[in-house]
Amino acid sequence: MKFMLMMHHRGQGAYAVSSWSQQDLAAHIGFMKDFARRLAANGELVAAEGLATPDQAKRVRAGPNREPLTDGVFPESKEFLVGFWIIDVESPQRAYDVAAEASAAPGPGGAPLGIEIEVRQVMSAPEV
Amino acid sequence: MTSLESQLRALAPRVLGALVRRYRELQGCEDALQEALLAAAQQWPRTGVPPEPRAWLIHVANRKMVDRLRQEAAERQRAEVVASWVPVDEQLALAADEALALERDDSLDLLFLCCQPSLTAASAIALTLRAVGGLTTAEIARAFLVPETTMAQRLSRARQTVQEAGVASEPLTPAERRARLPSVLRVLSLIFSEGWVPSSGEAVHRVDLANEAIRLTRSLRSAMPGEPEVMGLLALMLLTDARRDSRTGPSGELIPLDAQDRTKWNRLQIEEGAALIESAFSQGAVGRFQLQAAIAALHDEASSTESTDWVQIVALYGVLARIDDSPMVALSQAIAVAMVEGPREGLRRLEEMGPRLVGDYRLEAARAHLLERAGEWVEAAAAYRRAAAGTTSVPERDYLVLRAALVEERQPLTRRFASTSPR
Repeated sequence: MKFMLMMHHRGQGAYAVSSWSQQDLAAHIGFMKDFARRLAANGELVAAEGLATPDQAKRVRAGPNREPLTDGVFPESKEFLVGFWIIDVESPQRAYDVAAEASAAPGPGGAPLGIEIEVRQVMSAPEV
Repeated sequence: MTSLESQLRALAPRVLGALVRRYRELQGCEDALQEALLAAAQQWPRTGVPPEPRAWLIHVANRKMVDRLRQEAAERQRAEVVASWVPVDEQLALAADEALALERDDSLDLLFLCCQPSLTAASAIALTLRAVGGLTTAEIARAFLVPETTMAQRLSRARQTVQEAGVASEPLTPAERRARLPSVLRVLSLIFSEGWVPSSGEAVHRVDLANEAIRLTRSLRSAMPGEPEVMGLLALMLLTDARRDSRTGPSGELIPLDAQDRTKWNRLQIEEGAALIESAFSQGAVGRFQLQAAIAALHDEASSTESTDWVQIVALYGVLARIDDSPMVALSQAIAVAMVEGPREGLRRLEEMGPRLVGDYRLEAARAHLLERAGEWVEAAAAYRRAAAGTTSVPERDYLVLRAALVEERQPLTRRFASTSPR
């Protein structure tokens, strides 16, 4: 079964990577790379992407003539999606375990971030 | 698929089985097999198919294997460090591969090797499709909608697990086979379930896993002809697959059994499945697949929901519940009971099993269905909505939402004509 793991940043918490020391940043990036590599080696990784910061994000909707109407930018976003993984695993429990691992990524001073990861199951075919 | 391609595909697991028996290693043997198949595809159209095609393939694959081992031994200068568990001297000494080719069919042991319980279900499925089914890694990846690299990793992990568990050089004894049969049947039935595709749309470029599962189960059946549960599983697959073209509409929407166009059901498959289940039952040892197949046969052979032999279906679920204590069986039984004794009795049964299935959308879906039949429109719509919120399948969710809307629209109508009893 497939799950999407979404890493959300809320408020002015610990994930303000721009203010981290070089060493902390390197440790964090190293962890994330290794994490993705291990998921891939398990044959569990379907996709993983980090997203650009919301500073340049726009919200788009269709106008009266279906033309794109854009809104934004939102430099003061309180909550935004940092990145996501899609994994294909045996059970929901395994997805939670993977999410917990991601949540414990090292932050400032090497302490686990404990950042919140939203786990959502990807829709699939019905059972026969 | 050309006739040469299908001939090679049928031979592949038997050749691989023979190689694995000698070299007790999967990856190298699979590579050698691929080279031999390629050679055959190039040469046979010119030279004609050799009189002993299987022996030809084994001979060529064995040469490739020996070449590889020689090369590795030379590279490492150490005979004991090779990709195989068999000392290299011994391997190179095995010059004559005629004996290997003339002996029994090894593909059955290969299937048991790939379905061993030490593998996760996903790994066993992938390995079985690759090694026994002869699908490419890319085809398997597409079938499961994962990137090819992911599937390649899963396969290599699976081979490693098999290797660590140890590949026996001796074939399994009949008693060992019987003991390990349930895990093989489980993997085959999971492949079949994964093969669920709507009759149209997105799935055209995917390998048909349901057909693959049927093909593999057929060959298992011819290798173990007397096993009633193998017959039961094959029958269940045929009887379920017979309804494939009528269980979804033009845009992939689910059509429930009672609304399906029964003239579209595959009669040949139904006849074959029904005959299989009959002869399996006559052998005595009744198992879960046989019971499920017998229930499927009763549905398939009825000309309508009303004329279905629900009394017998209830009885069969009763026997099934004794060997399979799963909530799904109890749910299905409650629905069958409702067909015999009315929706109220079915709802009462669901009430009893409620605590086991709290929060399970399937319980809500069954309740919704029975509430609808009982004419409780408001409650039925609410239950359909709860079920829709709980499912992880898009076609199922769409069906349940649609059903909720249908009963809801019906409700004010019946209120207005209170004396008209719902059909």
